[in-house]
Amino acid sequence: MSLGSVPLRYKISIDREQCMDCGRCIENCSYGVYRREGDRIITESRKCTACMRCIAMCPRDAITLTENPVDYRSHPLWTPEAREDVLRQARSGKIILSGMGNTQPHPSIFDRLLLDACQVTNPSIDPLREPMELRTYIGKKPSKLQFKKSEAGDVELETKLAPNLKLETPIMVGHMSFGAISLNAQLSLAKAVSELGTYMGTGEGGMHRALYPYQNNLIAQVASGRFGVDVDYLKRGAAIEIKIGQGAKPGIGGHLPGEKVSAEVSLTRMIPEGSDAISPAPHHDIYSIEDLVQLVRSLKEATDWQKPVFVKIAAVHNVSAIAAGIARSSADAVVIDGYRGGTGAAPKVFRDHVGIPIEAAIASVDKKLREQGVRNEVSVIASGGIRNSADLTKSIALGADAVYIGTAALIALGCRVCGNCYRGLCPWGIATQRPELVSRLNPDEGAEQVSNLIKGWTLELKELMGAAGLNSIESLRGNRDRLRGFMLDEGMLEILDVKNVGA
Amino acid sequence: MDRTKSRMNGSCIKAALSLMNERGSGDGAGYVAYGIYPEYADCYALHVFFDNMAEPKEKVDEILRHRGTIVHQEEIPTTEQPGLKKVHIPWRYFFKPSQTQIESFGSEETLIKETVMGVNAGIEGALIFSSGKNMGVFKASGWPEDVANFYRIEEYEGYIWLAHNRYPTNTPGWWGGAHPFNLLDWSVVHNGEITSYGTNKRYVEGQGYKCTLLTDTEVVAYLFDLLGRQHGLSTETVVKVLAPPFWDEIDYMPPAEKELNRAIRLTYAPALMNGPFAIVVASNKGIVGFTDRIKLRPLVVGETKNRLYISSEEAAIRVIEPDIENIYTPRAGEPIIGRFKE
Repeated sequence: MSLGSVPLRYKISIDREQCMDCGRCIENCSYGVYRREGDRIITESRKCTACMRCIAMCPRDAITLTENPVDYRSHPLWTPEAREDVLRQARSGKIILSGMGNTQPHPSIFDRLLLDACQVTNPSIDPLREPMELRTYIGKKPSKLQFKKSEAGDVELETKLAPNLKLETPIMVGHMSFGAISLNAQLSLAKAVSELGTYMGTGEGGMHRALYPYQNNLIAQVASGRFGVDVDYLKRGAAIEIKIGQGAKPGIGGHLPGEKVSAEVSLTRMIPEGSDAISPAPHHDIYSIEDLVQLVRSLKEATDWQKPVFVKIAAVHNVSAIAAGIARSSADAVVIDGYRGGTGAAPKVFRDHVGIPIEAAIASVDKKLREQGVRNEVSVIASGGIRNSADLTKSIALGADAVYIGTAALIALGCRVCGNCYRGLCPWGIATQRPELVSRLNPDEGAEQVSNLIKGWTLELKELMGAAGLNSIESLRGNRDRLRGFMLDEGMLEILDVKNVGA
Repeated sequence: MDRTKSRMNGSCIKAALSLMNERGSGDGAGYVAYGIYPEYADCYALHVFFDNMAEPKEKVDEILRHRGTIVHQEEIPTTEQPGLKKVHIPWRYFFKPSQTQIESFGSEETLIKETVMGVNAGIEGALIFSSGKNMGVFKASGWPEDVANFYRIEEYEGYIWLAHNRYPTNTPGWWGGAHPFNLLDWSVVHNGEITSYGTNKRYVEGQGYKCTLLTDTEVVAYLFDLLGRQHGLSTETVVKVLAPPFWDEIDYMPPAEKELNRAIRLTYAPALMNGPFAIVVASNKGIVGFTDRIKLRPLVVGETKNRLYISSEEAAIRVIEPDIENIYTPRAGEPIIGRFKE
């Protein structure tokens, strides 16, 4: 091969003094980094993905992983990544595939927003001693209420409310399909959300029968490939979500490599085993906003108008106008997925270059809906790169009703964000369908970990709200007065409708 | 408030307010009285702060003449006080909107509301701070007695009086920032800080109101106008919107009541007010006093046969009614409503 090889990304070394030759690294590495030759464990660093499984499982802490062991001649434009991408494509002639979220070193807007707290003029509220309300209802709300007098002279409510999802904490788990992730990963997430009184998305892969016991906490996704969709599936979900786009890859459909389409996945998705599941870029029955309106209504009709219907879009340049159009349909919630959103598989060029940050998208969607006087009538769910309770709190203060987490929930299951999900070899049993790998993830333990994470964030959210003198989540929602921008430019402050620090 | 509409002059409330001087900082005080302009009872009494009598006044005159008839106008009588610097000229118009203009705005109230919002946001040097019928706000930067004497408050007779002494912290002490805040019939005095202001402000702005007074309290007046007048909610329901029961209480209510409270919280979520507050709102129909949901500010109620008193301190009520017997503190969020006797 005239191009030769590219340098190693990671270098694995074993401290032979420490190693007790137990072989756990060999057993655990699904990428084949380790092998035994005679009485020695040999490493092949080129195969390493930095999934950290071997390091986590080594009983003697004998393994060291180093990133980037070789330096290229430094060049400000032709970064090592730029050069290696060219080499890869010169070799393959194909689209470069990638996993997890955007890897561009753009500044995080969340990190440049600071939260407020009370001092003197108003007391902070102690959530250990006072009520602190996080309950959130997702769904359509009326613009105003009408009352009537009953025959007995009592005041009665005349307005009928549409079905809403009741969340005990404004954190849901986003759509990650069976296929993209394992059944044990889905079961872990489903058990956790059921226990916590919140919800998770099925993704576009249908609903495996093992998830039926948790169906009251599942949101059934309808994506462009319509994998796994039938009326039984729609009726099982607590809500339905039409996926138009995804933050990691706006404008294109889903990618599930055939390696991950096992027998069970094939059954649940209703596609042949081993076939690539490439959903179309658009929904072929949605070529315009009026078509979306029809699909929303059709899904409601199919489920007797008992289920809220969400519409998920990627945060693209014109996100606010699109969201406003969705809000005027019968949809109950708009989901906005920012450009840092994760994915099992996406073309690298999309993952890294298409879409806008979720912070700006929430702010502009919330503002547009308010200008039209309909903000409270429709829910806004934000997702894409929400890492901790601070990001969650800031998302709500910018105007979201609730958030979806994806990557954070997977990290709680063991994921180390190595970004090789599309290869189906996930040694943590998450993004894989290989039985021997899937069995590494115990759904009961996984559920506890995810549940712990959401509980931890929930406690932190309560503390942050109490410190800001707020005892109900609706008073945080869109309360941008409780945010300040730090080292953000004037244009961004204007978009976010946030004042500068010190102002 | 006198439930029989028997009118009281401003001397009592001046004495009551002045007693609580340690609650203020001399940066703002104000009064509102209902029933003071019986001779112009069918006109909107527009109280305006002018920075000068030239351009701002010409612009306001022009708008009012275009939209109706100025039945009478004059400078609000004042007496210079050593402790109070007259930075604006307080002026009053008695104004009647014309029928054609009422029709083009949809209603009389909308016309007045739009006029107030338009002048306050659009005309530099003019601020309409009172816009109801047969009522008026009198406020300035200064101590309660000085403001009362400046406006000769004792010369007015009204059946509802609200008064407020300000200690500004979050926003500047200026005449427009003093309480009461008013729009149409609604007047508001407020002790506290609305931590949900950012949410409440954006909600009313999305419904056609403009927050121009740099302080959180004005939003209460707009919420009462939006919910009480435009949405037609009862006073009890408005208070339930602003300071609703906790979900833990709602969950254990009987089904119909539960559904009603749930509907209120869902529909009017952005109107819920958070943070410490005790608020009294007045209109020509009566008054209502209430606190935040965990009562982070004091509120005391006193009642006699015909009168209802609501105050931050019992002492202020006893200055007026030394021997009052029925005096109590309401529960958090519980509305105290005063209505006129039929």
